[in-house]
Amino acid sequence: MSSRLLVFIVPFVVIGLFWAMARYEAKLAHDPTHKGYFERNGMTLGLIFIFLVALWTLFLVVLPYLYMVVESFHPRLPLPKRGGPDDYLTIDQYKSFFVSPSDNQWNTNHMGAFVFTLAASVAVTIFNFAFCYPLAYFMAQVGSVQKVRLLMLGLIVPYWVNEILRAFSMRLLLTSKGLINQLLMWTGLTDAPIDFLYNNTGLYLGLSYGYLLIMMFPLYNAIESLDKNQIEAARDLGAPWWKIHRDVVIPYAKPGIASGCTMVFMLAAGSLAAPQFLGGPNTLWFTSVVYDFFFQAFNWPRGSAYAFILLAACIVFVMGMLRLFKVKLGEAIR
Amino acid sequence: MSAGVDLEGVTVRFGKFTAVDNANLAIKGGEFFSFLGPSGCGKTTILRTVSGFLDPSAGRVKIGGQDMVGIGPNKRPTALIFQNLALFPLMTVAENIAYGLRVRGVDKKTRRKKAGELLDLIALPDQGDKLVSELSGGQKQRVAIARALAVEPKVLLLDEPLSALDLKLRQHMRNELRAIQQRVGITFIYITHDQGEALTMSDRIAVMSDGVIEQVADGKTVYDNPETSFVASFVGENNGFAGLVTKADTSGAVVETALGSLRGRNPKGLRTGDKAILFIRPESLHMGTGKAMEGFSAAVKNVAFEGNATHVFLQGPAKKNITVTVGRGQGGDIPTQGNMANVQFDPALALVLPEGKLARE
Repeated sequence: MSSRLLVFIVPFVVIGLFWAMARYEAKLAHDPTHKGYFERNGMTLGLIFIFLVALWTLFLVVLPYLYMVVESFHPRLPLPKRGGPDDYLTIDQYKSFFVSPSDNQWNTNHMGAFVFTLAASVAVTIFNFAFCYPLAYFMAQVGSVQKVRLLMLGLIVPYWVNEILRAFSMRLLLTSKGLINQLLMWTGLTDAPIDFLYNNTGLYLGLSYGYLLIMMFPLYNAIESLDKNQIEAARDLGAPWWKIHRDVVIPYAKPGIASGCTMVFMLAAGSLAAPQFLGGPNTLWFTSVVYDFFFQAFNWPRGSAYAFILLAACIVFVMGMLRLFKVKLGEAIR
Repeated sequence: MSAGVDLEGVTVRFGKFTAVDNANLAIKGGEFFSFLGPSGCGKTTILRTVSGFLDPSAGRVKIGGQDMVGIGPNKRPTALIFQNLALFPLMTVAENIAYGLRVRGVDKKTRRKKAGELLDLIALPDQGDKLVSELSGGQKQRVAIARALAVEPKVLLLDEPLSALDLKLRQHMRNELRAIQQRVGITFIYITHDQGEALTMSDRIAVMSDGVIEQVADGKTVYDNPETSFVASFVGENNGFAGLVTKADTSGAVVETALGSLRGRNPKGLRTGDKAILFIRPESLHMGTGKAMEGFSAAVKNVAFEGNATHVFLQGPAKKNITVTVGRGQGGDIPTQGNMANVQFDPALALVLPEGKLARE
């Protein structure tokens, strides 16, 4: 049997696991009045619950990923050869990220794209935080209700527009003969048009703009629940504004900050549209590499291997950051 | 070191609403001064104006003789204790107490030492490393006081800090607050709607209503000689009988009320024909007749035994409700419900004041 098909046994293993957990829970209950899972819900309903949760997690989450994991450990083969003697397990696809299989040299092209993608995503995250924090603080603590509503509307309405349309319209603004360059030249700030797309200004702008709200809302929610008296108490005790933020607001909003930063970083690193439309000609975004393996080269194994390298790197990075700033994962996804 | 606080024509408006109207006051250094009034009377607004969170629309605030205009709350020699205390939940008790020193750049060792001293002062020694959430309500209260005292303010402002505590603790904290004030010797400005708190702790009390300071005096004077009908009806229980003055001289005035002509003191010098209210406190009323006292009779509606005293609720003509409080040791017959009862009082304990607004029941 092909190792690929093995994947489909997993659902049954997991269903069995659920079952075992339910039985174990019933057994654990030393308290005689404690009812087990099936006693509480009845056999029929209990099974339906298990089935639904299993369906959700398995078919919509676990299985597709698992299939890709399995795929990434196989060589690229034409369809008739799949399951044949050439279809063996291998780590060649992962290796190809580091050493190019065509010339046995370091794969600087892809590794460079990988590092650039992560670094640019960090930059976008930092920029978004720096931009959103004052705004979120204003909306949550300072602004009047009407002003906050107006601001909120101004922030949300642009997101009714399709992402690709937004990226293209930003491209129009930023091109050599675009509105911004015309304005710059008209005011005399520059003689020749600045190539915003070539120097990746467009890329950063597009990515930052795309995930602004993702940063905004966790920050706003976190700061909004802070008791105004806390801020006033700090001020009354003599703290200048920046110490109030350092000692009172930011520590309080830390879970929200972690949540916003995590999401923006993850989404930026995995974004496709903005880098493709707004990136410079020399800029290679890592997801574009993955995309090309799937849809240009039809090399699914290598594409999935690359995707998992990115995913793993992002998770390690985020977990490291959470640990560094002493935020529990549970708080960040609250 | 303490400093006096002067309010000179302080007016605070929010849009068209006047929260505080032309407040003039001189609070002495080292005084325990209370603002007493119902919610919405502007007392918290005054406190926020003194602390610097609000700017007066007119007039000025002076602390220690120095005009406070343009000086922010972080630069004033005041410290505020919030109604909900506003302790920092993510800091330990010691960090909370030393926060004001930390933002002033005081080094860690000195901070630690000062926090220790203050923890001793508030009788919470060696609790500095606890989190605020691990403390009880009364302990949090004391930490808030220590945090405010740590910055060595000249004036301590307290915004109903005891309102969240239960009765027993509240009474205990009254004594504690008074003791702390006497120990540190700085000016305390205390905001409360609880007259018991104001009367027990304060050197002087300002009674406020609708943004206006009605009377400033020590507790005994406020209770015995209220200047306005509002003060008379707000501070302590009081029976008020409205009517016209029919006879007035230096010793007293007679008011024609629904219960008949009643005599009382006339400190405001009312004249015949003036609209007036005669106030007589429930504990100054007695059951019975005779002895050259003023008196009336009314129907007994309800009798409520409250341990140290018994309250007799009567209803006179025109549905006028009257409360008589009979102390335990006072003796005298306590009437039963449904009967008519005779009530008498010493006219020297009754007070005739010009008609004015009353505290809402």
